[in-house]
Amino acid sequence: MNVPEWWYLVLSAVLFSLGALGLLIRRNPLVMFMCVELMLNAVNLTFVTFSRSLNDIGGQVVVFFVLVVAAAEVTVGLGIIVSILRRKPGTTADDLSLLKG
Amino acid sequence: MVDKIVFFAAAAACLAGAVGVIWSKNPVHSALSLVGTLFGIAIHFVNLGAHFLAAVQVVVYAGAIVVLFLFVIMLLGVDKAEQLEVDPLGGQRPAAAVVAIAGVALLALLAVRGVQVTTGESSKIAALDSGPSNIVLLGRALFTDYVFAFEVTSVLLVIAVVGAVVMARRAPKDEVSAQ
Repeated sequence: MNVPEWWYLVLSAVLFSLGALGLLIRRNPLVMFMCVELMLNAVNLTFVTFSRSLNDIGGQVVVFFVLVVAAAEVTVGLGIIVSILRRKPGTTADDLSLLKG
Repeated sequence: MVDKIVFFAAAAACLAGAVGVIWSKNPVHSALSLVGTLFGIAIHFVNLGAHFLAAVQVVVYAGAIVVLFLFVIMLLGVDKAEQLEVDPLGGQRPAAAVVAIAGVALLALLAVRGVQVTTGESSKIAALDSGPSNIVLLGRALFTDYVFAFEVTSVLLVIAVVGAVVMARRAPKDEVSAQ
């Protein structure tokens, strides 16, 4: 007896919203990045669930690409965070208002 | 029956990890909670028959990305507790909670109602039960139907590496003053 598809979809909805909540309320840029990873993983779970429900490999290929893009995003994002925090230690997202003009 | 037990165990790991990421004051604890979520997702992938993705999930996410996070935390020395009691923007947290609850409700409603109206052609690229193993199907789809996207991701990775190197490098002026 298989697990119904909508259980997975509800779980990924909850995970996505938890990630969004963390992104909204946390100030540490590193933790905000982790919340973005949570949201990406929730979407990946949705893709794999639909891949099974449509009996097609396409959804899993998309998840593969999402993994690659997430790796690239983490590389560049952490590089930016490192170069910001090296200059101003203890910076939070609220302090990064240099582009305000 | 076993499937459902596995689902609930992995879902509990996922949700506990996600809550841990948000609630931990120390970024190191957040990163370790993230590992719990990522392993839970990998178990769900196994349960859904995506064996290759489960392996990649553990290797790339838990093995590389979380280690990168921990490396940056240790490098910058920001592993001290963050002040979570003060709310810098008044009323932001209640508003964020309302948005999150509304999001859960909306997405869950779409999920529950959406399964019955899942549109799209079944087995368009390759049927999962057509015979070859999961990894064979994935590899074939990747190098036939999605080969252009695959090449574009390689360009993306090169750009990301070059960008990271350029950012991490000190400006020539700094080198002179350092000497």
